Amino acid sequence: MPDMTPEAIRHLASLSRIALSDEEITRLSGELPAIVSAVEAVQKVAGDDVVPTSHPIPLGNVFRDDVVGTPLTTEQALEGAPDHDGSRFRVSAILGEEQ
Amino acid sequence: MAQPELMDFDQALEMFEPVVGFEVHVELSTATKMFSDAPNPAAMDEAQIAPNTCITPLCLGLPGSLPVVNKKAVEYSISLGLALGCDIASVSRFARKNYYYPDLAKNYQISQYDEPIAFEGSVSVELDDGTLVDVPIERAHMEEDAGKLTHVGGATGRIQGAEYSLVDYNRAGVPLVEIVTKPIEGSEHRAGELGRAYVSTIRDMVRSLGISHARMERGNLRCDANVSLRPRGEKAYGTRTETKNVNSFRSIERAVRYEIQRQAHILASGGTITQETRHWHEDTGVTSPGRPKSDADDYRYFPEPDLLPVEATPELVESLRAQLPEQPVELRRRLRTEWAFSDVDFQAIVNAGLLSEMQETVALGVSATAARKWWMGELSRIANDRGVEPGSLATAEGIKGLQHLIDQGRLNDKLARTVLLAMVDGEGSPEEIVAARGLEVVSDDGALIAAIDEALAADPGVLDKIREGKVQAAGAIIGAVMKAMRGSADAARVRELIIERAHQSS
Amino acid sequence: MSDLISMRASAASKALQDGSISSVELTQAHLDRMDATEGSLGAFLARSSSALDAAAAIDQRRAAGESLPTLAGVPIAIKDVLCTTDMVTTAGSRILEGWTPPYDATVVSKLREAGMVALGKTNMDEFAMGSSTERSGYHPTHNPWDPSVAPGGSGGGSAAAVAAQQAPLAIGSDTGGSIRQPASFTGTVGVKPTYGGVSRYGVIALASSLDQVGPVSRTVLDSALLHDVIAGHDPRDATSIPTPWASMAAAAERGSSAESLSGVRVGVVSELVGEGISAAVRQRFDEAVELLTAQGAEVIEVNLPHCEYAVAAYYLILPAEASSNLAKFDSVRFGLRVTPEGNPTVEEVMSATRDAGFGDEVKRRIILGTYALSAGYYDAYYGSAQKVRTLIQQDFAQAFEKVDVLISPSTPTTAFPLGAKMDDPLAMWAGDVTTIPVNLAGIPGMSLPMGLSAEDGLPVGLQLMAPAYQDARLYELGATIERLFEERDGYLVSERVPEVK
Repeated sequence: MPDMTPEAIRHLASLSRIALSDEEITRLSGELPAIVSAVEAVQKVAGDDVVPTSHPIPLGNVFRDDVVGTPLTTEQALEGAPDHDGSRFRVSAILGEEQ
Repeated sequence: MAQPELMDFDQALEMFEPVVGFEVHVELSTATKMFSDAPNPAAMDEAQIAPNTCITPLCLGLPGSLPVVNKKAVEYSISLGLALGCDIASVSRFARKNYYYPDLAKNYQISQYDEPIAFEGSVSVELDDGTLVDVPIERAHMEEDAGKLTHVGGATGRIQGAEYSLVDYNRAGVPLVEIVTKPIEGSEHRAGELGRAYVSTIRDMVRSLGISHARMERGNLRCDANVSLRPRGEKAYGTRTETKNVNSFRSIERAVRYEIQRQAHILASGGTITQETRHWHEDTGVTSPGRPKSDADDYRYFPEPDLLPVEATPELVESLRAQLPEQPVELRRRLRTEWAFSDVDFQAIVNAGLLSEMQETVALGVSATAARKWWMGELSRIANDRGVEPGSLATAEGIKGLQHLIDQGRLNDKLARTVLLAMVDGEGSPEEIVAARGLEVVSDDGALIAAIDEALAADPGVLDKIREGKVQAAGAIIGAVMKAMRGSADAARVRELIIERAHQSS
Repeated sequence: MSDLISMRASAASKALQDGSISSVELTQAHLDRMDATEGSLGAFLARSSSALDAAAAIDQRRAAGESLPTLAGVPIAIKDVLCTTDMVTTAGSRILEGWTPPYDATVVSKLREAGMVALGKTNMDEFAMGSSTERSGYHPTHNPWDPSVAPGGSGGGSAAAVAAQQAPLAIGSDTGGSIRQPASFTGTVGVKPTYGGVSRYGVIALASSLDQVGPVSRTVLDSALLHDVIAGHDPRDATSIPTPWASMAAAAERGSSAESLSGVRVGVVSELVGEGISAAVRQRFDEAVELLTAQGAEVIEVNLPHCEYAVAAYYLILPAEASSNLAKFDSVRFGLRVTPEGNPTVEEVMSATRDAGFGDEVKRRIILGTYALSAGYYDAYYGSAQKVRTLIQQDFAQAFEKVDVLISPSTPTTAFPLGAKMDDPLAMWAGDVTTIPVNLAGIPGMSLPMGLSAEDGLPVGLQLMAPAYQDARLYELGATIERLFEERDGYLVSERVPEVK
């Protein structure tokens, strides 16, 4: 499996916001190629004529009426927050740009 | 930051053909958010809503929280799709768009990917001189808005240089419809004007459908402008940039024009355009580069497993179609006739982006002439001074209240302008302002007579002149009385009283 | 006291109703049992501080003559994957250490409304990713049958607690076997309902299209009684099934009093009784088939030809969905925050937090899942896996045209020693071969004990599978089979757990 190189893993870790250590990357680059080879088996039977299933039990048009429920209080909303100023969540400076 | 060089606009258009596209996000005014029953701030009238007060577990992406689709939002989206001339998908699905950002509570946005609710439409847009352009619509799809970030500690309040950021999730989960045009060719010099007219048309459309308040200054309606240039004679599209933060009609037109000039200079100098997102700065009139598009924009879309497909039955679609209001072009034709303005005057209203405001004000019972006086007159003047859109300064209700006081004789024109300014500055309704500031026209004869006596004491000869037939001499007294009463005197009554006095003494 | 903790939930319910025991007594007995055995078992992560209060309140209401639901006053343990406002909820992860949710899962609300007494939150593999509970961020759980072997996973805590009589009932969750496999390893009963049968609202998501909450107990009737409490439509879960369910307890009662199995068509899944299954497990399974046949059931072999791709499909779908579901654990709004030295950006804080807060298995699956969804790879991996899912559903549909119920061993082996599979993820995953197809198809499945292994004396589980919506069939047949086993052996395996030190 050509693609699960340490560089690829580093990139995937960055996409998933996990600061993997070098040791972790080494270990994963030992494990993941075999795993990917194993799961690739799905391609053998996934023909073009087969429709993918994303929901095991088919249901449709599940909606809710446009009626306000009971929101959380601000205190409840902030309660689990690692850092806040009493009304908003606080985070360190952001590197990236908004989408 | 060094200003990029710009090619002269006409020269740019000689060498290159601009191709533009617009993505408009509309915040729906349903009572609740798209996927949770939290109250929807985009439906509220207040400009300022306390942070983190419209929150349910899903808005914070709390573990175990689940989305459920707001039926009304789906209906609004279908109506909008129909108004855009689109086909409505018989089955459409939600998808997860995965990326990390602090304002995105789940670090994925529930949106639609390859199965949008509406697709393949067309909107007829009227340019300033009445020319009609058909803008092709690629798709309209449903998604949810993100929260709001405030950057603290930097020089400009923007991301660069900020020490930390604060997050308010009130807006997280607000229902959005994203409308995407196909690339638009052939607008040439008028590309920016087309952008402005297109967004104004969308704004009128959603307000007339009653599905969004569409206040651009509050972010209810947001526009991204895509611009690319291709050398004359070539077939392939050039590389495009996407410009965000165009928050007003004026910005759209200016930003498109700017990008054409900026890109033309680069291409003519032998350079290449970087495919990137750019940010428009209204104050300096330039776009600045954002992050270049990269792998990090792999959103890893997959069908949203927590939500089931939306099956828009023909019955539902037709019942919504039957309830559609007039299309913008027909609506304009009707209003032009009803209001009986000249074509030039009517067009000016449309070009100013004030058609909805005018329509709403007239619908409340104000005469078209009076509505126009306020919207196109005083409010446009104030808006121009302040560099904002007139529509952001007042509401149809407010204008109705103001005109009503004039019709009752409680305000004259001068006082009304004072009250209007106070309304714009947020002092309250016209009634409240008049009461708080004691601005009513004084019609009480006693008070007027007292002021007249004072003025006559300083200029007694006036009464003689009036008796001699020089009635216009009363003007000096009227002026003095108005000045003494700071414009609140009923000038017509003052004149009557002066003339009565003149004839009494004889 | 030992009588109280060995009581089946059905018996406890009757005793509470006729006043011969109180809920306070019953609850206290189980709390005492927890005190005595937790040191060696490690089944719990958190204990309720208000269990006795809840029990007392039920006793009061009963004394006042109020008519109460069937299981009112019966204690229950809850897998730590469900949100509880009165107990810390961690999903077995350090990234949620100390987190108390501001809302209850729907299932938890139902348990409270039914008057049940929550004893505490049970241990699990982190975010339900695992088959041995060794991947809990806190500590492993030991199998009451032999402390050196795993209780199974991810719901080893719930299964061990029930097996060891710390609770007569527990709530588990099952994504690829996390209720059924521990049931098999601990000699207890566990059921995964039809997908959508039980609300997922407030259940910390692993793989949204596979997760289901279900009952854990020592008898089929007990699971049925609990199933009746927790099942049903929830408007807060769009994937929950709208149609009401008939009583599973009634189905179990019918089954336990059934005279014979004539007319019942049973299919043995040939792909799941082959070479991967250990001889000891196969032996007990063959005996079970003989028993069924002797009672008049028509037992035939059926094929699920795409079964061999099930594990591969599962280990693409689950990591993909999980990689997205776990993105919310980012240090911003709740949970752990690790701030590296210097002036880190929020991206750096997120990344440091997730590296510190997630265990190896979680990280492995997130990386794999991100890969499976990546641009250019979607069709080959996630897309293809979703197609295998369709094929497996078709296989089951065809099989159910010929039979009413399918059976197989619940697991290929008995419980393996702690530590035995920690170095080889693929080997750990391979153990799920028997349970995974059920989750992919969305159909209901049950594991009940079918005996002890002749090799190591550890429990062996029998898996029953029914078509979607036919959960009652599992309880009816399961109750009959359980009675047959009890008649054959003179005891129920689940009531023969050796003494826990």
